[in-house]
Amino acid sequence: MATVSMTVNGRSVSGQCEDRTLLVQFIRDNLGLTGTHVGCDTSQCGACVVHVDGKAVKSCTMLAAQADGAEVTTIEGLASGGELHPVQLAFREHHGLQCGFCTPGMIMSAVDMIRRHGGKLDEKTVRAELEGNICRCTGYHNIVKAVLDAASKMGDGARIAAE
Amino acid sequence: MYQTNYHRASSVEDAVKLASANDEAKYLSGGQTLLPTMKQRLAAPSDLVDLRHVGEMKGISVNGGKIRIGAATPHVEVATSAEIAAACPGLAHLAAHIGDPHVRHMGTIGGSIANNDPAADYPAGLLALNATIVTNSRSISADDFFTGMFDTALEEGELIVAVEITAPAKSGYAKFPNPASRYALTGVFVARHGDGSVRVAVTGAGADGVFRHAGMEQALASNFSADALDGVTVDDSDLMADIHASSAYRANLVKVMAKRAVAAAG
Ligand SMILES: Cc1cc2nc3c(=O)[nH]c(=O)nc-3n(C[C@H](O)[C@H](O)[C@H](O)COP(=O)(O)OP(=O)(O)OC[C@H]3O[C@@H](n4cnc5c(N)ncnc54)[C@H](O)[C@@H]3O)c2cc1C
Ligand code: FES
Ligand code: FES
Repeated sequence: MATVSMTVNGRSVSGQCEDRTLLVQFIRDNLGLTGTHVGCDTSQCGACVVHVDGKAVKSCTMLAAQADGAEVTTIEGLASGGELHPVQLAFREHHGLQCGFCTPGMIMSAVDMIRRHGGKLDEKTVRAELEGNICRCTGYHNIVKAVLDAASKMGDGARIAAE
Repeated sequence: MYQTNYHRASSVEDAVKLASANDEAKYLSGGQTLLPTMKQRLAAPSDLVDLRHVGEMKGISVNGGKIRIGAATPHVEVATSAEIAAACPGLAHLAAHIGDPHVRHMGTIGGSIANNDPAADYPAGLLALNATIVTNSRSISADDFFTGMFDTALEEGELIVAVEITAPAKSGYAKFPNPASRYALTGVFVARHGDGSVRVAVTGAGADGVFRHAGMEQALASNFSADALDGVTVDDSDLMADIHASSAYRANLVKVMAKRAVAAAG
């Protein structure tokens, strides 16, 4: 057992876990933040995507110990004071989800994508960049629409504002 | 995943010392291959030595055609580096097409070549670019480094510190990704060097991992154009065959990808 400390959604947290504990287990089991999902055991589905030091990573493929000292943002950290994040709003508006299992990962990936590309995102780029996120329900079409809409609404300021 | 002990290395020396303290220790770089393997219980290192905080193993420098990439540099940095795009566009393209954005944020060049997956992208790039792999104890040419499927010249506990490349005159990479995994079903890297020689390296297709194709290298050395490959035959007897593609299909892909790589190199 070791003590791991990090900042999660702006709050300093620490907890005891084994060295083999995955970041996603730490987030879900130690912190009780169950919005981050586990959809596979092969690092392919992206349901577990969170941001570590501002970058989208698969929290099932990182140890909690590796994230010691890092800044982590999970899906719970996006909305501020009851106001949904623009990407969350766009997913709701465009029906970018059905069962919702993949949605936290999709949204965290979309926010990261908009941070990197800003308002310049086009459909081809969105589809290519969603390679690491699998949805079994929607057929992706409305997810892509939601990401494009959020990117254009967030506009030129998107690169900075995405977080 | 079996139990393991995590250590965070602060320098190259520290990493080598931590790893040598235990027979069953392994280096942990981006973890994008090692952690999935541990989750499947196909690897069970007693100790993990994290390289992501070793400053001297990170970052890119380009000086008068000499490119140096730290072993712990993630794929995303190679993919988005303006200096790499100018000095070796084929390598930037290659890095930008490894896996997905999340894998590229974590996975590193050192981890990729140490693993030498027969369908990984970097081995083809480094072999065609005639790269030098710098470890904590020596320098190894790419020709000597990649010794077979999942096999390299690395000794027990030897640590890759950086990769060095002389910027080529032209470079291009084309890959036909496996639609499920994104690894190369076949990928070909073509580099024309300053002295006019051409190196062509193929990944994803060889039954024994990455390899160079002498016939295509000769054809391209006398005429660096996609048409020059028309008359070259790719023998399928040493190529991989699996549920994704037969060896004959891969042989065809080798030629098609090589042509695209030459066209991309311009
Ligand atoms: C969903 C998914 C898709 C992927 N798609 C692709 C793809 O399309 N193409 C591709 O090429 N790869 C792909 N990968 C693999 C990815 O590129 C990995 O990042 C890479 O193979 C390993 O790098 P790493 O830094 O993550 O290494 P790790 O997983 O940390 O380590 C891998 C191995 O190398 C050893 N090692 C690490 N660093 C060093 C060092 N400096 N010196 C000596 N030994 C070292 C480790 O001990 C371990 O044995 C994919 C991975 C995933 C999860
Ligand atoms: S749960 Fe992390 S990629 Fe599937
Ligand atoms: S909405 Fe069900 S998996 Fe995507």
